[in-house]
Amino acid sequence: MPQMGVSVSEGTITKWLKQEGEHVEADEPLLEISTDKVDTEVPSPATGTLVQILVREGETVDVGTKLGQIGGTSGAPAPAPAPPAPAPAPAADTPAPAPPPAPAPAAPAQAPPAAEASGNGKFVSPVVARIASEHGIDPNQVPGTGRGGRVTKQDILAVVEAGGPTTSSEPAAPAAPAAPPPPPPPVARPQAQPVVSAGETVEPVSAMRRGIAEHMRRSVDTAAHVTSAIEVDMSRIVAARESLKKEYQSAYGVNPTYLAFIGTAAVSTLKDYPYINGELRGDSIVTRNFVNLGIAVELAEGKGLIVPVIRNAEGLNLLGMARSIADIAARARDKKLLPDDVQGGTFTITNPGGYGTFHGTPVINQPQSAILGTYALVKRPWVVTDENGNDALAIKPMMNITLTYDHRLVDGAYAGRFLRDLRQRLEGWEGDGG
Amino acid sequence: MAELTYLQAISDGLRTEMRRDKRVFLIGEDVGVYGGAFKVSLGFQEEFGPWRVVDAPLAETAILGACTGASMMGMRPVAEMQFADFVSCAWDQLVTVAAKQRWRAGTPVPIVVRLPSGGGFSGGPFHSQNPESSFAHIPGLKCVCPATPEDAKGLLISAIEDPNPVLFFEHKHLYRRIKGEVPEERYTVPIGKARTHRLGNDISIITWGAMVYTAEEAAQQLEGDGVSVEILDLRTVMPWDKAAVLDSVRKTSKVIVLHEDNRTGGFGAEIAATIAEEAFEDLDAPVKRIAAPDTPVPFSPPLEKAFIPQVDDVVAGLRDLAAY
Repeated sequence: MPQMGVSVSEGTITKWLKQEGEHVEADEPLLEISTDKVDTEVPSPATGTLVQILVREGETVDVGTKLGQIGGTSGAPAPAPAPPAPAPAPAADTPAPAPPPAPAPAAPAQAPPAAEASGNGKFVSPVVARIASEHGIDPNQVPGTGRGGRVTKQDILAVVEAGGPTTSSEPAAPAAPAAPPPPPPPVARPQAQPVVSAGETVEPVSAMRRGIAEHMRRSVDTAAHVTSAIEVDMSRIVAARESLKKEYQSAYGVNPTYLAFIGTAAVSTLKDYPYINGELRGDSIVTRNFVNLGIAVELAEGKGLIVPVIRNAEGLNLLGMARSIADIAARARDKKLLPDDVQGGTFTITNPGGYGTFHGTPVINQPQSAILGTYALVKRPWVVTDENGNDALAIKPMMNITLTYDHRLVDGAYAGRFLRDLRQRLEGWEGDGG
Repeated sequence: MAELTYLQAISDGLRTEMRRDKRVFLIGEDVGVYGGAFKVSLGFQEEFGPWRVVDAPLAETAILGACTGASMMGMRPVAEMQFADFVSCAWDQLVTVAAKQRWRAGTPVPIVVRLPSGGGFSGGPFHSQNPESSFAHIPGLKCVCPATPEDAKGLLISAIEDPNPVLFFEHKHLYRRIKGEVPEERYTVPIGKARTHRLGNDISIITWGAMVYTAEEAAQQLEGDGVSVEILDLRTVMPWDKAAVLDSVRKTSKVIVLHEDNRTGGFGAEIAATIAEEAFEDLDAPVKRIAAPDTPVPFSPPLEKAFIPQVDDVVAGLRDLAAY
């Protein structure tokens, strides 16, 4: 399981794109994995034959776990591999689980509880298992001095002090030809079976859904959420978009979306409102001279939401913003995002207005301080005042925009001024920058 | 510093507080004229008078009821159960009234109940028990079980200071058998802090009360085997010093929980369960309990010896874990 970003500790195999026995080229997509940050393809690290799949689809394992084995450079499979039965249970020669504790010791001379397991596995106590895993030592390679040859804590500590792992990655029987080394047992996450009533169906929670659930709950528990809304006359944006659309599409192949305009204007406005682009970090307030702009993207089929980040958005003009949004949206849909693409955001825009909603109260993307919501663009009767002070009704393309902010750091008036300035930028739009 | 017996240290602590604080008074059966069944309060009535050293009728419910009421009126009563076993008669006042009062009404209930407990002298089933786990189970009560004279004085003073009902289990077998240096001035020993009685690396014994000395003798015997035993004296079982226990377990990875009370539901079960929950990945052997069997305390001296954990039992347990 590759390390897919600094904070990712485990991943779920969603699909093997190659089957056992198939040839695979280096860098060719080999499997798809799902982590709490992203779903992505994993390219093959080498050219050869996928000899064995060790972790099956649907299983969740820690980073660093061996997922499969690629052997030989020729297209021919290794001679007579043992039929790779899709072993449903961990292989037989893995360490046996701890035996149940002996009943109340009636006499000190009880039978050795560390009964030999089948194969070469010996009972491994919890502390020995932990030290072994921390130091990459195979406890079966450590000479044991405990009862029945059990490896004691002292035994394994002696190996650690003597210089770490024994050369235990060698298969135990080097002479055996063509026998693939025994697979390590996949570290499957034990899952409680839910109680299901008639008429209900059950599906497993994906890593992404678990991540979203944890993140949303934590955000609501952390920030003091307040939402302010403002109505924006988008006449000039609509006009600017119409005039730029053809040029952008023919010259650059990119669509100047409303989101690109709003993103550009928001990033410009953030320069004057550092707390909205800031963070409450412990006892400190952190502000920045850059904006890493997160854009909330819905994945197909309601499979979740992801917030890829446009780094240093303060350096982008309208064209750059439009390109960046198109790029991350496409990569999000195609599962090509890397975990680091979704980290480090300082401010987020979400656009739940695509289906006509005119207001919402999004949840802040922690540890940020605010999230901007954009809603449906609708034509509405609007009172306009001419230069002589006469009011008249006009038909205007209006959009509601909300700012949901963490009241621990951002005050209401401050947020209000931000929204006012953002509206002024959008209503007075000129050229390709707000 | 003076060398005092465990019993003298308790008297010293009680006298110190009664001289310092007029709200402190002692009530119990024969505590006044007679000076207490074990002579802890010998001479107290002469010094403090019959209204502060009160001879009560043979009615533990009345004693604890009086203490609860007096404490709610601002007094700091110290009750003596003649034997810890008799506290069962006062269960209702202690558990239903005193333990709940602060949670129910916010009223502090600063009672100390002194409980001469433990066996080892053929006291039989009614005069030898160690009922600390029954009360440790009751939210609102604190349970203190000192093993040394210094801790006995310091913990008694802490108990009298404490705004909650505190059960002070004083082990009868230690009364005159154990002597130690005790500071003459007033001092306190914090409730909830364990004491490392002996430092070691290979096996931890978690214990309290008279079993500290049984553990010490056993540990000395294991020195010859090259096995280094750490002894943690909990001093108080409620609250108990979980951090100190887990620290010791993380060091040695092998644990014996030793107590004189019955095995099933004894406080050692709580400790063993906590170790399994919170230090599982530090264990190199099963957690072992050494405790009395689940019977009343026998009267016959040979049977009592078979009942109360002996040095040989602990030595066997240590050897078994050392070889594991």
